[in-house]
Amino acid sequence: MNATLLLAELAYWQQTGIRVGIGLASVLLVAGALVYMHLFKAVSFMQSRLGPMEAGPYGSLQLLAEVGKHIQKEDIFPRNADRFVFAAAPFVVLASTFLLVVVVPAGPDALFINSELGIYLGLAVSSVSVLGILMAGWGSSNKYSLLGGLRATGQLIAYELPLILAVVGVVIQAGTMNMADIVYAQANGEIFGFGALGNPYILTQGVAFVIFLIAMQAELAQAPFDMPVAESELVTGYMTEYSGMRFLMFFIGEFATAGVFAAVASVLFLGGWYVPGIAPDADIMNVLGPLVMLVKIVVLTFLIFWTRFTMPRFREDQLQRLAWKFLIPLALANIVVTGVLKVTF
Amino acid sequence: MTTVTNREQLKYISAQAADARVNLEIETEGMTLNIGPQHPATHGTLRIVAKLDGEQVIAADPVMGYMHRGYEKLSEVRTYPQVTTLINRIDWLGSFANEVPFILAAEQLMEVEAPPRAQWIRTLLFEMSRIANVVLFLGDMAVQVGAVTPVFFAFRDREHVLNQIEAATGGRFHPNFDRIGGLKDDLPRGWIVETKQAMKKMRAFCDEIEDLVMGNEIFQARTRGIGVVPADIGLSYGLSGANIRGSGVDWDVRRDGTTGLGGLVHKELDWRVWTHPDGDSFSRFWVRLQEVRESTKMIDQLLDGIPSGSIMAKVPRIIKVPAGEAFVETENPLGVMGYYVVSKGGLAPFRVKIRSASFNNMSITPWLLTGVYVPDIITILGSLYFILGDIDR
Repeated sequence: MNATLLLAELAYWQQTGIRVGIGLASVLLVAGALVYMHLFKAVSFMQSRLGPMEAGPYGSLQLLAEVGKHIQKEDIFPRNADRFVFAAAPFVVLASTFLLVVVVPAGPDALFINSELGIYLGLAVSSVSVLGILMAGWGSSNKYSLLGGLRATGQLIAYELPLILAVVGVVIQAGTMNMADIVYAQANGEIFGFGALGNPYILTQGVAFVIFLIAMQAELAQAPFDMPVAESELVTGYMTEYSGMRFLMFFIGEFATAGVFAAVASVLFLGGWYVPGIAPDADIMNVLGPLVMLVKIVVLTFLIFWTRFTMPRFREDQLQRLAWKFLIPLALANIVVTGVLKVTF
Repeated sequence: MTTVTNREQLKYISAQAADARVNLEIETEGMTLNIGPQHPATHGTLRIVAKLDGEQVIAADPVMGYMHRGYEKLSEVRTYPQVTTLINRIDWLGSFANEVPFILAAEQLMEVEAPPRAQWIRTLLFEMSRIANVVLFLGDMAVQVGAVTPVFFAFRDREHVLNQIEAATGGRFHPNFDRIGGLKDDLPRGWIVETKQAMKKMRAFCDEIEDLVMGNEIFQARTRGIGVVPADIGLSYGLSGANIRGSGVDWDVRRDGTTGLGGLVHKELDWRVWTHPDGDSFSRFWVRLQEVRESTKMIDQLLDGIPSGSIMAKVPRIIKVPAGEAFVETENPLGVMGYYVVSKGGLAPFRVKIRSASFNNMSITPWLLTGVYVPDIITILGSLYFILGDIDR
């Protein structure tokens, strides 16, 4: 509680400044770490490549080199582009990521807002990125981009539903929509009277976890759900016409969103910042908690990128069929079973 | 005074007008999508003009010729040994296989027969260039369907074969090794053992691709029942190679063709022609995978059975081909490739007509692409497997 009190003594603009700074740092640093660990290294080893080795020891400065390269590049607008929409689209996409990170707690006091409607708010703002992608697809005045944008809209709307329905199971079991309370519920929970490890909901909500992961993969437009970017068909779809800084924003947005969604998943299903043996509301967890979260984020995002670089891509109709005919009924059944069990026990 | 033709014309015009009215009311409008000439999936400069209704293709028209280099004409001003340098570059992934039918045609005109050892080594390199070519297809097809990783494996393992080709011929991509009457050089020492090891690696690669790509449910969902070519339609469009064998037509020039004087020695080997009854994208992939396996087995047999002796027949220093015409076709990696060589007795051929496989394989695309979805254009093109140099020459 000390940290909260400390923060409360500051003026409002000072609090806001600190929050914005930490938010930026947490999103961008995590995104950078994911790019380096997964895209540069893990995937390179999977594809029997070395990955970057020249910039810094083991290529550790490659990320800076890439960012520097993109910043130097010219910011090209297509001649017929809708200039405002084209220019604003990357900001809208990135905004949804930053709004989503607001609801994720990383420790008993290490959180941005402690809202009773936390996960509800998170799922609502995560849909804003659809708007940005549609703006990018439309504003580019490119047929490939338009197809990509339309595909993205259809796909993201279809997969929003299983994502939300998977979360409903967790909310029913925890009895709250407050993200921090969901973590406490998992830490204090027990399965069949055995509560030493708590009850991370991956154990009781395993079906919801799998649905959440699949829907998350689709929300992030990663293979096998990368129809909107589909570089071998649509030449990276809605991103085709972007260059320089704006392309970099899409690129960062992709990885930052992966990190933030993984953070949401780790709060909902893997017990958040909780580790067995340490009380979840101990002061030390304000320091350890973010690190624990980072480990869980890295594990989950590794799953995402592992799948991405292994699987071929679905076709549009197959993708919709999977969502509407399989995932949504399964998620609904999961809700019913969870509800019945919740009432019985 | 209305004739029947006019009545039909009127009917057509009124139907068009009705269509236009419907389009106006619900405001649908077709879209013309240029796939290519610069598009990652056309691996080269092919252009497909696709008329789309949503994501469905109403009509597709391939535009070829962006890479036309005029090899047929250029051949007429070069001597016979110089022509092989040019035709190496037709199908650049399996270069050696391009040289063989031309050299065989020239040998036929000169009535020279290459010694048995040269024939065996020719067959050996012919099959190795098939592996070098088709292995890349196996990886590339996965990219077209959306999986990025297999193509890196293909490039990695293709290197084993390219290294062996380089060790024997001195050229990784364009060996230019075949000569009228035999070969440029004999095999280097230790090559046979190394090649056997490389073949083992290629078989392991085939198993890996079978696990990683062909066994994948998404890959099967994307390719099974897509781009179906019935056998009779395929034959009428002149499809050849794995494309027609994927439609169940049991026909392979290596087995069924008539090789004249000193051709390739496939008929002395123990192997089989694979066919698949379905005719879809998956079956074309499947047939090619089996053919790579079959080629590695053939190469093992060839390595065991190379006869000893000379690698060059007696040919004059300055090659003059007597007047006459010859047509020789072989089963190249992409399909049947043939050279029709007309000589008037000079140093250079009077006329060379190249029948390349990809040109005919591409000609079916307007028929095949009508009615499919945009993502399927890419998988169908990928499964037909063309090389731009082979289309445009």
